[in-house]
Amino acid sequence: MAKNTIKVSANVADTVRPKVAGAKERPGWNALRAIAGRITTPLLPDDYLKLANPLWSARELRGRVVEVRRETVDSATLVIKPGWGFTFDYQPGQYIGIGLQVDGRWRWRSYSLTSSPVTGAARPATSARASRTITITVKAMPEGFLSTHLVGGVAPGTIVRLAAPQGNFVMPDPAPASVLFLTGGSGITPVMSMLRTLARRDQITDIVHLHSAPTESDVMFGAELAELERAHEGYRLRKRATRTDGRLDLARLDDELPDWRERETWACGPEGMLNAAERVWSAAGIGERLHLERFAVSKAAAHGQGGTVEFARSGKSLTVDAATPLMEAGEQVGIRMPFGCRMGICQSCVVGLLEGHVRDLRTGAEKEPGSRVQTCISAASGDCVLDV
Amino acid sequence: MAITDVPAFTHLTDADIENLAYELDAIRQDIEDSRGERDARYIRRTIAAQRALEVAGRLMLAASSRRSAWWAGTVTLGVSKIIENMEIGHNVMHGQWDWMNDPEIHSSTWEWDMGGASKHWRFTHNFMHHKYTNILGMDDDVGYGLLRVTRDTKWKPFNLGNLLYNTILAMGFEWGVGLQHVELGKIFKGRDNRDESKARAREFAVKAGHQVFKDYVAYPAVTSLSPRATFMSTLKANVVANIIRNVWSNAVIFCGHFPDGAEKFTKTDMVGETKGEWYLRQMLGSANFENGPVLRFMSGNLCH
Repeated sequence: MAKNTIKVSANVADTVRPKVAGAKERPGWNALRAIAGRITTPLLPDDYLKLANPLWSARELRGRVVEVRRETVDSATLVIKPGWGFTFDYQPGQYIGIGLQVDGRWRWRSYSLTSSPVTGAARPATSARASRTITITVKAMPEGFLSTHLVGGVAPGTIVRLAAPQGNFVMPDPAPASVLFLTGGSGITPVMSMLRTLARRDQITDIVHLHSAPTESDVMFGAELAELERAHEGYRLRKRATRTDGRLDLARLDDELPDWRERETWACGPEGMLNAAERVWSAAGIGERLHLERFAVSKAAAHGQGGTVEFARSGKSLTVDAATPLMEAGEQVGIRMPFGCRMGICQSCVVGLLEGHVRDLRTGAEKEPGSRVQTCISAASGDCVLDV
Repeated sequence: MAITDVPAFTHLTDADIENLAYELDAIRQDIEDSRGERDARYIRRTIAAQRALEVAGRLMLAASSRRSAWWAGTVTLGVSKIIENMEIGHNVMHGQWDWMNDPEIHSSTWEWDMGGASKHWRFTHNFMHHKYTNILGMDDDVGYGLLRVTRDTKWKPFNLGNLLYNTILAMGFEWGVGLQHVELGKIFKGRDNRDESKARAREFAVKAGHQVFKDYVAYPAVTSLSPRATFMSTLKANVVANIIRNVWSNAVIFCGHFPDGAEKFTKTDMVGETKGEWYLRQMLGSANFENGPVLRFMSGNLCH
């Protein structure tokens, strides 16, 4: 072998092993997969099966868009049939990651699930087929690249990738006796899942729902909510058209709803509304009764701006400028960053970008959360979190 | 003679070399900008076709142990392994398809169908070979520590066996490549880091074990259940299919950096190397071969 007088060192990252989704929940199938894997190695049997049907693979969660239903002029519900490995017992109010392939690239966004979870005991009255789907309702944001695409451009039959449901903005079971939902615009989506679940479980005792939208026609699920109000006297909906009546002033919530302090409250909507809610609730000393869900819009910082990079696995973080490679940043705080050539050609240093944006120092191209980046030639573009 | 000073050798000024880097980077940027749906479709279809070809090959071998079916199945399987290793695996592991952000077609997750571990390949090939291309004493691909392929290496009586060693290496090329990072030579000379060697040997053994079990135990056993095939016929077929892939990839790879005209370099040459000088060293140290679309595909686009 070669005599190296120049000491060459590297720390090449391990090849990421395929992680089968839902393996723990289905040990029998997983055992079968392991046996069949002996003849498909280094691939999984799923990698061959998915050539016949894309949903026949648990290697990465994915689903097929079966229907796209217009809700309002700028929003639509996507009904998705998940493939193998997906567990339907998520909690109402959680969100899901959706990956869509646009121009060859997989782009990721998170959306609240509007559908009800399916658990062993409660089987919905609708057909069995419908119960094996999930729904998200997407509002097209004018500057939103993927949201506009999802609302207007996704044809039924499209395969999307999924990230397992997560989030702690959830409705517990059993639900509290009296509830307040404070929603605005697309913030109604996680609450829809909660309402549908509560209706199914017959746990609607006393719910007040204050919903704000620019106009009446912008209210998503208007008909369904009206029907819910009609069928359950415990559910009271108050809509506010902000374009004509102005925004809801949470400081004067007493005028609207005198007993708001006694209610367990879930709020989701625009930044301003949530900040106001936080202030009002903590001023009243009942901050723990307020549950918030923020739809954070992740935008890259202006060109040439660094930020704070957080290394998720060790919890360490460092503030860096826009010229410092992330690999150096990690090594500065004592992390054994994977590395190889340190010049961007060998892919040894690739790690996942969990949050925030990074910039390729060679080309200036931005990478968004959900992608994998080479730390040796990337710098922070605003705050970011790396999976290392 | 190995080159000690590339700019002097090529009679290029610093400005010329910098321009070269600029032009090549511009070409790279153009290509990166042009990537889109068409390219994503290409690799997805190539992968689907390769897997279908493999399944077809294995089914042919299971269907019958008659001569014609045996040869058809063996060659099909060999071709599918070549495509998986060269056009798909090698390129995916280079990060060529990382831009798609597809977790199933990514340099960090791809494990290829041959005896060596992808992680080791990414070290020896992506890093060592591509950064220190053709530098004597650094690029282990120059002879694989076994063959004398350039006048710059001192002749030893051991080299009398060159032709024999290469024949063996060619037939078992996947194992030569797979063992590269285990650095047996260093281990025997006692000049290695024992902990690292043990870790690498273990990684190799795991991958090699899976491959050997698949091709030489599991598949023959499964096909022996078919009334028309036997354990031995499938075992022999798989051995030959792997040899087909090994010999082919060995031939293509040897055409890349060993022919006369593909220069070799000394360690002094790369001290303080700029990007342009690195590009230049790549160009001087590589050889091309004429190709049509089929050869281009079967050589993993290792030609232009």
